[in-house]
Amino acid sequence: MYQIVYKKHLNSAVTQMEIEAPLVARKAKPGQFIILRVDEEGERIPLTIAGANAEKGTVKIIFQVVGGTTEKLNHKEEGQYIQDFAGPLGMPTHLDGLKKVCIVGGGVGCAIALPVAEELHRLGAEVTSIIGFRSKDLVILEDAFAACSDKLIRMTDDGSWGRHGNVTIPLKEILENGNTFDRIITIGPLIMMKFVVETARPFDVPVTVSMNPIMIDGTGMCGGCRLTLHRDGERITKFACVDGPDFNGYEVDFDEAVSRGRMYTDFERHAYDKSCNLFKKA
Amino acid sequence: MAVIPKKHEMPTQAPAVRIHNFDEVALGYTYETAVAEAQRCLNCKNKPCIAGCPVNIQIPDFISRLKTGDVEGAYQVISLSTSLPAVCGRVCPQETQCESQCTLGIKFEPVGIGRLERFAADWHNEHRPEAPVRPASNGHKVAVIGSGPSGLSCAGDLAKKGYQVTVYEALHTVGGVLVYGIPEFRLPKSIVAKEVETLKALGVDMVTNVVIGKTLTVDELFDMGFEAVFIGSGAGLPNFLGIPGESLKGVYSANEFLTRSNLMKAYRENPDTPIMKGGKVAVVGGGNVAMDAARTAIRLGAEKVCIVYRRSMEELPARREEVEHAAEEGIDFQLLCDPIEILGFTNPEDPRDPHNGFVSGMRCIRMELGEPDEKGRRRPIPVEDSDFVLEVDTVVISIGTSPNPLIKNTTSGLEVNTRGGIIVNEDGLTSHEGVYAGGDAVTGAATVISAMGAGKKAANAIDEYLSAK
Repeated sequence: MYQIVYKKHLNSAVTQMEIEAPLVARKAKPGQFIILRVDEEGERIPLTIAGANAEKGTVKIIFQVVGGTTEKLNHKEEGQYIQDFAGPLGMPTHLDGLKKVCIVGGGVGCAIALPVAEELHRLGAEVTSIIGFRSKDLVILEDAFAACSDKLIRMTDDGSWGRHGNVTIPLKEILENGNTFDRIITIGPLIMMKFVVETARPFDVPVTVSMNPIMIDGTGMCGGCRLTLHRDGERITKFACVDGPDFNGYEVDFDEAVSRGRMYTDFERHAYDKSCNLFKKA
Repeated sequence: MAVIPKKHEMPTQAPAVRIHNFDEVALGYTYETAVAEAQRCLNCKNKPCIAGCPVNIQIPDFISRLKTGDVEGAYQVISLSTSLPAVCGRVCPQETQCESQCTLGIKFEPVGIGRLERFAADWHNEHRPEAPVRPASNGHKVAVIGSGPSGLSCAGDLAKKGYQVTVYEALHTVGGVLVYGIPEFRLPKSIVAKEVETLKALGVDMVTNVVIGKTLTVDELFDMGFEAVFIGSGAGLPNFLGIPGESLKGVYSANEFLTRSNLMKAYRENPDTPIMKGGKVAVVGGGNVAMDAARTAIRLGAEKVCIVYRRSMEELPARREEVEHAAEEGIDFQLLCDPIEILGFTNPEDPRDPHNGFVSGMRCIRMELGEPDEKGRRRPIPVEDSDFVLEVDTVVISIGTSPNPLIKNTTSGLEVNTRGGIIVNEDGLTSHEGVYAGGDAVTGAATVISAMGAGKKAANAIDEYLSAK
């Protein structure tokens, strides 16, 4: 069992927790993820690590309530325990040698982008961060991004905070103005990452995307997290849990990933309702 | 006394009943049947059955005890050679191992060795629940990676010799393939749990949620004071066919399908973990795992399930009993049949149709058998213009796995072969001093008992290595 040592609601739908897991904390690097189960009957879900403190032995996770499991997790309080917590899994984000980087985060993906931005800042790279949210009330981690970014661009879909529009608008402007980056690292909804790739394509800037497909074991056994890369005219099957979660954005088949992500949409809606009803009754 | 030509029949749940539940299919011998079956053993002089057993159980010895009704004595003989008797009795392919060597089998059906082993183990578990005595510690610490059959077997043998053994398991439950892969109806989880409890009573520490290669590395295990390490990390990533459509929704690897149902209990009412239930299911492959997947699908409520295998019944590698059980349960065998494309549904009018991207069928081609290949199996050759579409909405690919790269990538000086399997010598020793390996991590997908045999052999080698140190 793994204790929740800290809990904070970042906004109405997004929660931050710190979990006591010393072995995971000691090894965790930006870009890696953990697999957790809330209780004995629970499903295994992957969550990308939002930070770790090796001395305290804690791992930070930030999650949005999207289904039955995250709803159950959100009802756990400080001092309580979750059943299972394994990691760190996947390959860390490759940051060596990067001097000038653009981080593009969308929604709760910003929580995962932040440790990457912080690490790059620590390594002395010049960091431009573009963070986007649906609206002002969903903004998270603004101050933390401001602290590690040389330049921070704030966007909302409805214009209620920062600039109006999506994250590709400022990215395109920057690139069109003749600025460039060693790499663009983007983390957020699949559709956003797809358009970040399309925006960068004419400028030939490398783009790393962070994939978060459906997983079960997360250790390279079940193959559920497979995705297709297109490389030199060939289709290559990769597994996000051991080969990723970071991939070359120009190679990823996003349409397939979007489709596969919807395999259990109906089930998840029911599971969410079931969890909610459970807590209403309680 | 006249020889009884056939094995005593194993009582089973009737097919029409069992396809609606996940309870065990084979119900086990009664005491009377077990004693009568034991009496079929000729107690022949050269005991060929022992050589047919990967862990060399003293078969005639345990059977002769059963003949006289000494069931506990029989169990004790079996447990000298295997740490998981109740498991072996259920899942070993006896027809190609011990029973294939049985002298009685030359003229008649061989002795039902597997059924007798199961009987002795179940009888012991029911009547002698007291925990085994923990042996005195010899002070040496050994780490075992993976809690599947090879790991548990290695851990059990070392613990009996007094080693302090810690087993690291990546998943949340101990048992490896015995819990995530083999279904409840073939191997009840309570049986595995009981065997694990026995090992714990012998002093084996079980640590879950630790992924060696990630949470800890093999090199760190030595820093932590372990003097030897056994890698039994098991099957790795599933192989796919490499045909169009394998990323459609409704296509599973057998590992994923079975893990959802077994480990995550998706077969229950209102599970937290989803699985596609019902509809028409095709399972591609002919091994035990394919049979498990097909029989799981039918229990999950599928209208129709077929096995699609590119060779004929004769080459089908699954355990005979599983094939028979599958056929009784109404599973259709599409033999000499090879998938060439999985078809998906697309609504041309509505790109947002929720059915888009789900499997709608599988195009297959008929095969015929040609000349034998390098392994001696007749090579299947496509029959021209014989392609047809199987109407299915779920496809389970069960064509084997490739070893997991996590440990190889993080362990200094650990050599692997071209397929990624860890290279070991005849004692199970790898290219890294003090590191031994066995099971699917070495051989690629194989059987529970061959993995157990490898675990046992490595345990002996580790004992020799550490005793000489």
